[in-house]
Order: sequence, then C-alpha cells, then structure tokens
Amino acid sequence: MDTKVVKSACETCAHFNAEGLKKLGINTNDFDFVVALAGNPNTGKSTVFNALTGLRQHTGNWPGKTVTRAEGGFQYNDQKYKLVDLPGTYSLLSTSTDEEVARDFILFGKPDVTVIVADANRLERNLNLVLQILEITDKAVLCLNLMDEAKRNNIVIDQRTLAKDLGIPVVATSARYQEGIPELIQTISEVANGTIICKPHRIKNVPPNIEKAVKKLSEEIEKEFPGISNSRWIAFRLLEGDSQIIEALKTGELV
Amino acid sequence: MSKKNIEHIIELSNELRWQIGDDFHDNLTEGIYADAANIVKDSVQTEKGKKRFRLDSKIDKIVTSKMFGFPIMFLILGVVLWLTIIGANYPSSLLANLLLDTIHPALKSGASSINMPWWLDGFLIDGVYLAVAWVIAVMLPPMAIFFPMFTLLEDFGYLPRVAFNLDNLFKKSGAHGKQALTMSMGFGCNAAGVVATRIIDSPRERLIAIITNNFSLCNGRWPTQILIATIFIGAVVPSAFSSVAALLSVIGIAVLGMGFMFLTSWALSKTVLKGEVSTFNLELPPYRPPRFWKTLYTSLIDRTLIVLWRAIVFAAPAGAVIWLISNIYVGDVSVAAWLIDAFDGFGFLLGLNGVILLAYIVAIPANEIVIPTILMLTVLVTGISGGEGAGVMFELDSMDATGDVLRAGGWTLLTAINLMLFSLLHNPCSTTIYTIYKETKSVKWTTVASILPIILGFIVTFLVAQIWRLF
Repeated sequence: MDTKVVKSACETCAHFNAEGLKKLGINTNDFDFVVALAGNPNTGKSTVFNALTGLRQHTGNWPGKTVTRAEGGFQYNDQKYKLVDLPGTYSLLSTSTDEEVARDFILFGKPDVTVIVADANRLERNLNLVLQILEITDKAVLCLNLMDEAKRNNIVIDQRTLAKDLGIPVVATSARYQEGIPELIQTISEVANGTIICKPHRIKNVPPNIEKAVKKLSEEIEKEFPGISNSRWIAFRLLEGDSQIIEALKTGELV
Repeated sequence: MSKKNIEHIIELSNELRWQIGDDFHDNLTEGIYADAANIVKDSVQTEKGKKRFRLDSKIDKIVTSKMFGFPIMFLILGVVLWLTIIGANYPSSLLANLLLDTIHPALKSGASSINMPWWLDGFLIDGVYLAVAWVIAVMLPPMAIFFPMFTLLEDFGYLPRVAFNLDNLFKKSGAHGKQALTMSMGFGCNAAGVVATRIIDSPRERLIAIITNNFSLCNGRWPTQILIATIFIGAVVPSAFSSVAALLSVIGIAVLGMGFMFLTSWALSKTVLKGEVSTFNLELPPYRPPRFWKTLYTSLIDRTLIVLWRAIVFAAPAGAVIWLISNIYVGDVSVAAWLIDAFDGFGFLLGLNGVILLAYIVAIPANEIVIPTILMLTVLVTGISGGEGAGVMFELDSMDATGDVLRAGGWTLLTAINLMLFSLLHNPCSTTIYTIYKETKSVKWTTVASILPIILGFIVTFLVAQIWRLF
C-alpha cells in the first residue's frame, strides 16, 4: 500500500515550507544574516522572537520587560539567521540607555534585515518609531502584530497601501497564536537575499528651511561616503548636535 | 576619506544649526507625526460607532481609582497569599513524606548496609541531603503556586496598574515608580526582584530599588511567618478567629515591610543617593486574556525551577555546616551549644534567643531552613525528648507539637512577634547577596544592601522587646 502522506494545501504553499525551517534556539554560530527585532514596548516583540527562534524567553504584559538584548537563531532554506531582540522604545531621538542600545545596534550592528514589530491597534503611534528606523536603514520588514486584537477592535488595515506608502513589505501576524510567522520568515529571507528591494519612506513633512539644510548637508556627506544610504538621517543627527554621531563620523564607524 | 572633509561637514552642520534655529527638534518630531497621520489615514479603517477599548478603560477606572485602587490591590495580594498558603499545604506534606520519611530512612539503612562510617553518613545524609530535601519540600510547592499566579496577573496586564497606583508613594520617597514592579517581584523571590530592577534606567533609582528589595517578604519567609503566626498569634484570640488573626498578622508584616521600603528609599534618596526623581511614561497596556497553560509552563521552567536550583546549591553546604557544628565538640559541649550560649545574652536584649540568632546565621543560604534549624537546635539545648538526633533538622507533624517544643525552649508571645519582625528585617539570603553583587558589580553597595536591613532588625526588635518588658 502506498503510504505517501498527502499534504494539505497549507503545507504545500511556498509560505509554509516546514522542511526549510529549523529553529536554532540560542545556537547562533556562523550565521549568514543578522536580523534585528525593533519596536515599541509591549507590542509582542518577545513573543515574535520566541515564535521565530523556538526559545521561551519570558514574556509579560508590561512595557519595558525585555531588559537585556536577547539573541537567538533560526535556519531557513539552508541559511542561518541570527536574531537580536532589542529593547522596546517609542523613539530613537532621545538619549536614554534603552534607546541608545536599540539605535546603536541598527546603526553600527548593520543588521541585514530590521524587523519592526508594531501594534496593529495603535499603528499611528507606532509609526513614529517605524519612520525613524526607515531613515537609518533601508532593509526592513514591518511586522503588524496583535492582529487578533485588532480584529476584535474592528480595525481593518489595508496592508498593500501601507506597504506601498512605507516602501517596505508588511506582514500581519498574531504571534501569540503563531499566525503569520511562516510568512514573516519567508519575507525576512527575501529581503535578506535581495529578492525584495525596499524603497523606504523618508520623512516628508519637514519645513522648507530645514529641508534645505538637510539636503545641503546630506549631499556633502554623500560626496564623502559614496553609496551611503542614511545620509539624511546622519544630517538630522548632526543638525541636532548628537556628539556620538559626530564621533562616529570622525572614526569612520558609520560606513 | 580625509579628515579635512569630515571637519568640513561638521563645520557646515554647526553653521546650518544656527540658521535653522531652536525649533529643529520639535519641527522634525512634528514632521514625523504628520507623516504618520497621513499614512494611517490612507490605510487604516476603524469601524465607526463602536467605541474601542471600552472595557479596558472601564476596568482601569476601577482598579486605578483613588477609592478602590488600594483595597483591590490588597485584596488580590490577600487572595494570592491565601491560595498559596492553602494550596501549598498538601503537596508540601506529600513531598515531606516522600523525601524525609521514606527516602531519608532508606538512605540511612543503605549507608549502614555498606558500612559507611558514621561521620560520613551523618555529614552527607543527615546534613547535606536533609537540608536539600527540606528546601524542596518547603519551597517548591508555594513557589509553584505563587509564581504562576503572579505571571498570570502579569500577562493579564495588572502589574502596570499596580505601578500606577503606587507611583505617587514612590515619587514622594524619591524613588522610581517602576520600583513597584520590582517590589512585587520580590514577594516571590528577592533575587528575582533584584534582577528585575534592570527596567529602571537611572542608576541612582536602580540602586535604591536593589537595596530596598529585601523588604519585600519573599517566598522563603512566608512559611516561617505563617507557622509562627498560627502557633502564637492565633492562640491569643478565640479559636474561631485564630486563622483570620494569623493571616492578618502575616499581611500586617508584609505591609510593614512595604512601609520600611518607602522609609528606607526616602532616607537613601535624602542622604547617600541624592538626586532628582526621573519621570517616565508608563503606558497602561491593554488587558489580554492570559494563555493559561503556556503561562503555567513557562513560569514553572523560567522562574520556579531556576530559583529552586539556586536555593539547593546554597542549601547543601548549609546542611553540612549545621550537622558539623552539632557534632564537633569543644570540651564536652558541641560547637552549636557553645555558640547558642554565647548569643543568648544578645538574643535576650532583642527579645529573641541564642538559638534563633544561630539559626539565622547558618541559614543565610536559604530562609526556608530557619524553622527546621531552630527546632533542631532547641531540642539540642533543652534536652527534651523528640527530634532525630544531633544535627538532624526536622519539623514536627502537628503545629501543636512544634509549639510545645518552642515553648519548652522558653518562647513567649514576644519571642514569636520579634521572630516575625526579625524574619522581615534581616540580611538577604546569600543567593540574593550574590545577585546584588552581580547586578551592581560593587562590593560597597552589596555590603550596604546586606547590612542595612539587619541593623534595622536589631533596632526594631530591641525597641519592641524593651517596650514590651516595661508593661
């Protein structure tokens, strides 16, 4: 008798790819890609982290619970990914320790992909951080988490329009129930491998005099560092007088 | 890349900064918000007419209200404690049956059948094994009940509300509002509470939170409080009210601990740890139905077993020490009897006795073994019948029998009250001390955190004893 297992439609879908996925836990040796996990506090970042790595890092319903940078890994289609769970922050513009940890990693750690976890119920507030991160890096995925709650609150999000406006792929998830995680992994791998090219949104509503100054400065920066992707953001920071960035510019750490 | 060009860029930025003026940061922030609003307008639809988050804000109105906030908090604390106390009884006695009454005699007979020398047998089985068995039997069940309940409350989203309620008190005492969270964690385990202070950004306020965490009555101390309160405090009132009186006195001790926490935080922030209270945004997250089984599993693995393992690591050598001091003789008295005699005078001043002080010294590694050590040492010095022999910790089956042994050891109501106070106000266990050192990397602050509570304990018990004896 033929004992071949008939697969369900889900399992044969390209997004499912169960054989291709291997959760590596804390084993993060010789990885191919580094993935940063950023987002506002209490958006379920740690839950997404656990869902991707198979780890059981403690999660809790209060902001600021992740107190150290947690690392884990997974393997997908023979490529190894190291995942770094950053502390949750509302912004990257101030100088508190947790914001510095998050910003420094995205800036100096040069992750191959930055996954921004956002609360679908509070998208507008969450976009504040998303837009700041998109100024720093151009390889990002928006993970629209807590979709189950959004559904209960009758919130409908047009993911395609959102993805178009932000210029990065958007994946809807309910990480607590593992929903959307296979799609998220697939998208991360496509961005990491350059199959998906992001064209991130850049902050538009800036007064003309500032825009002019930023443009002038970023042109100078680009002249000095050809091919740099976040010259505008560096210009913002220089205009703000961020001494850490000035220092990094001098030492060449930014490139 | 040339240095000159970099300097040029920096100079240009300085120049431009003057031109665009002070409003740059605000303008940029406003720009980001305007962009966010535009994007959301195009892609997010909310069903109109249905009010969102109504249930959440309704619950919040009650649990953070001026009138009900505190009573609800104490009620929840009371219920959690009550469930822990009641629920832990049965598994504790089951474990005690297994580990102390079944495995221990089996090990003893096994040892004698292979002709193990008496001192090795005593050292390993009566000392090390019994201490470990005690810690497991007394500590595991309450932790396995307390931590999951705590985690369920946490997952539900109640903890930030506690922080919200207590914020004002903490601010008045010069500490960080998030200390409310680490304090609650300390009720489970001070070592865990100390680690949790990482959520506090300001080093000054974090130190205050670390030093004062020991005032949260931890899991290792709840059973001592409950036992002594039941035997001595419950006996003062008519028997119908005795369990209520016992529970209330234990909650009273816990609340007193919180009082000391605020007082000490205030004193520290006015003296050695002066500084501004930092402000922070505390978002009250939406309530989420906790995932019961998953929470149960993770809190068992992450919290209970890790804390238990640490306690075992520290309890094993303590068991060895207890056995040794009871069996090594100087002249014709054991080291233990000699030490008890030496501590008795000081103990009397504090309304305690030499046995209790010695027990607290050998039980630094784990608060759980205080009561068994006290019983063993009391039998040793009074010479009354009972117990299992020199250096063998034991606990009696009935509370009455325990009370009889203690009364024979000269205990009064004053001894009981002061023991409860001393159990609240003494040095942290060695696990916590080690954790404090790991978190602060400072010998100085570790010493302060270890010594401050015991000095307070000496002062408080001394005053209580003197006032008590006046009347």
